[in-house]
Amino acid sequence: MGGRLTSGLVSAKKTERLLNLVICLLHTRRHLSVQEIRELVPGYAQDSEEAFRRMFERDKEELRDLGIPLETGSDTAAHDDELGYRIARRDYELPPIALEPDEAAALGLAARLWQSAPLAGATGTALLKLRAAGVDAPESSGALEPRVGAGEPAFEACLAAVTDGRSLRFSYRATGRPSPEERTVDPWGVVWWHGRWYVVGHDAARDAVRVFRLSRIVGPAAAVGEPGTVKVPADTDLRALVARMAGDEPGRTATVRVRAGAAWALRREATACTPDGDGWDRLELGYSDPERFADRVTGYGADAVVTGPDEARDAVVRRLQALAVEAR
Amino acid sequence: MSGSLAQLPRLLALVPYLLQHPGVQTAEAAALFGVSEEQLRRDLNLLWVCGLPGHGPGDLIDLEFEGDTITLFEPAGVTRPLRLAVDEALALLVALRTLAETPGLADRDVVDRTLAKIEEAAGAAGDRSQRVEVALEGEERVLPIVREALERTRRLHLAYYVPGRDETTERDVDPMRLLLVEGRSYLEGWCRRVEAVRLFRLDRVVAITLLDIPAELPPAATERDISHGLFQPSADDVLVALALGPGAHWVADYYPCESVEDLGDGTLVARLRTPDTSWVVRLALRLGATARVVEPAALAAQVRTAASDALLAYAG
Repeated sequence: MGGRLTSGLVSAKKTERLLNLVICLLHTRRHLSVQEIRELVPGYAQDSEEAFRRMFERDKEELRDLGIPLETGSDTAAHDDELGYRIARRDYELPPIALEPDEAAALGLAARLWQSAPLAGATGTALLKLRAAGVDAPESSGALEPRVGAGEPAFEACLAAVTDGRSLRFSYRATGRPSPEERTVDPWGVVWWHGRWYVVGHDAARDAVRVFRLSRIVGPAAAVGEPGTVKVPADTDLRALVARMAGDEPGRTATVRVRAGAAWALRREATACTPDGDGWDRLELGYSDPERFADRVTGYGADAVVTGPDEARDAVVRRLQALAVEAR
Repeated sequence: MSGSLAQLPRLLALVPYLLQHPGVQTAEAAALFGVSEEQLRRDLNLLWVCGLPGHGPGDLIDLEFEGDTITLFEPAGVTRPLRLAVDEALALLVALRTLAETPGLADRDVVDRTLAKIEEAAGAAGDRSQRVEVALEGEERVLPIVREALERTRRLHLAYYVPGRDETTERDVDPMRLLLVEGRSYLEGWCRRVEAVRLFRLDRVVAITLLDIPAELPPAATERDISHGLFQPSADDVLVALALGPGAHWVADYYPCESVEDLGDGTLVARLRTPDTSWVVRLALRLGATARVVEPAALAAQVRTAASDALLAYAG
């Protein structure tokens, strides 16, 4: 109990000192030397020189972690070896912004896109700053409730690596492989596509562009290397890469006989639909990979029968045989 | 939406906020900043002793919080909030771009104007936000009509595909709200055919008509709580166990399972409850050799029969 109270007081003292430091450095027009800061900011005076230096170093780190632009420099060339500090108001302050009521409503709606941490939290603090700047972003009052989750454990690490421009190392459980494998990737971006998060990037070991589903990353993902080292090629279309590598882009055409009234989802995807005898229709469907084609068609069983080409027909028949064989 | 910040960044936002909102209610400010009123008073007491170098009476932050309201007179130079951090800029910019690129969600022109203003305010912090993209399913045909029905409180007629039965049904629906969950759009509404609240996936709407009839929502039409996901299993549902080989592990990610057991030989056993097993037969056919229905036995037999029937069609 006593310990908690003390640490509460210590942290209040620290917040007070840091706030006074920010106010002081925002107020000054010239760079203040470390000694001047020690004299001007309450909370530094009583310690020994060494303890003060350590405390000031930690305080500087803390301000920078919050995104406060601490400027280092000197106003009098060659006057002193030691550099001074200040916070430039134009770098610190949120620029003026004013939203029309319809724009504020759009922002309120957009703010509801994120369902979970970390982006929902970042949205909340961003809106606080905007409100503190006089923008009134209302709660979205409409009937619309868009939500994008980010429940994958690796999401935060992937997002941070992408925004910091650092490489990413993780263990990945690929489709069709029994055990996870180590991957090191230069991440180019993070994409939400068909209800899932993917990270797109250059896989160093394979020297190729790869797309990874975040939910298949096993255990923690770690950023490696220096910030800013990942170079994203110009004209990179993240969404197109994910659509091509995670999805199914048609290049070939299969023909499927479908019982009238059945397999509506296939009918929607069909490029052509013609009547084909009593109670049947003939559909033409684009596909790129026979196995992915079989994913779409096999579930309809006897209601959707592939007539060609052979690779598509065989992919479906193989699956059915595997199941029918089990009976014996 | 309220934010929640550590104390120092909170104070740095609180001072300009109070400057913009003289006489704000203590309760309102506390709720907005995500703290208790007690904590907010502690914050205000701390502000009181902070200020410009010299720390004389005219240098300190000056404010008044007697009673239920707060008024700030002297901000000691903290007149504007701190710039947006990288993750804050990214959260807003990606959300706005998503809104702009998804037809039917909002007026494109308004979103573009908002986006331009936030981009300008974010400055360099927004540079990396282009590295995050959200592709929602557009539903171009359906969404604008649903929105209009909601705005004008009008009834809709839907032709709706039910994949479990593989058939298209016709029904009148009084719309309640649009939902977007895990990348899919749903209309929640009072279905007049079954006289109950139903969710309709917009990508399964075959045809939609805006009727010239006002929507009438009965008292029983209450929105369901989606904070724990869209579908809550019921105790009456059938328990299905699927043995999933490596190629079918995605099933355990994709469907809400009651339990997933790793047998250690590359096989996962996923157990899930469902009121209707017809979709499981379709799923099992699709999975072929990579998966097997373990329980119930009758369902496993149904899958074998469906596969044999289908093979007959290929034998011809």
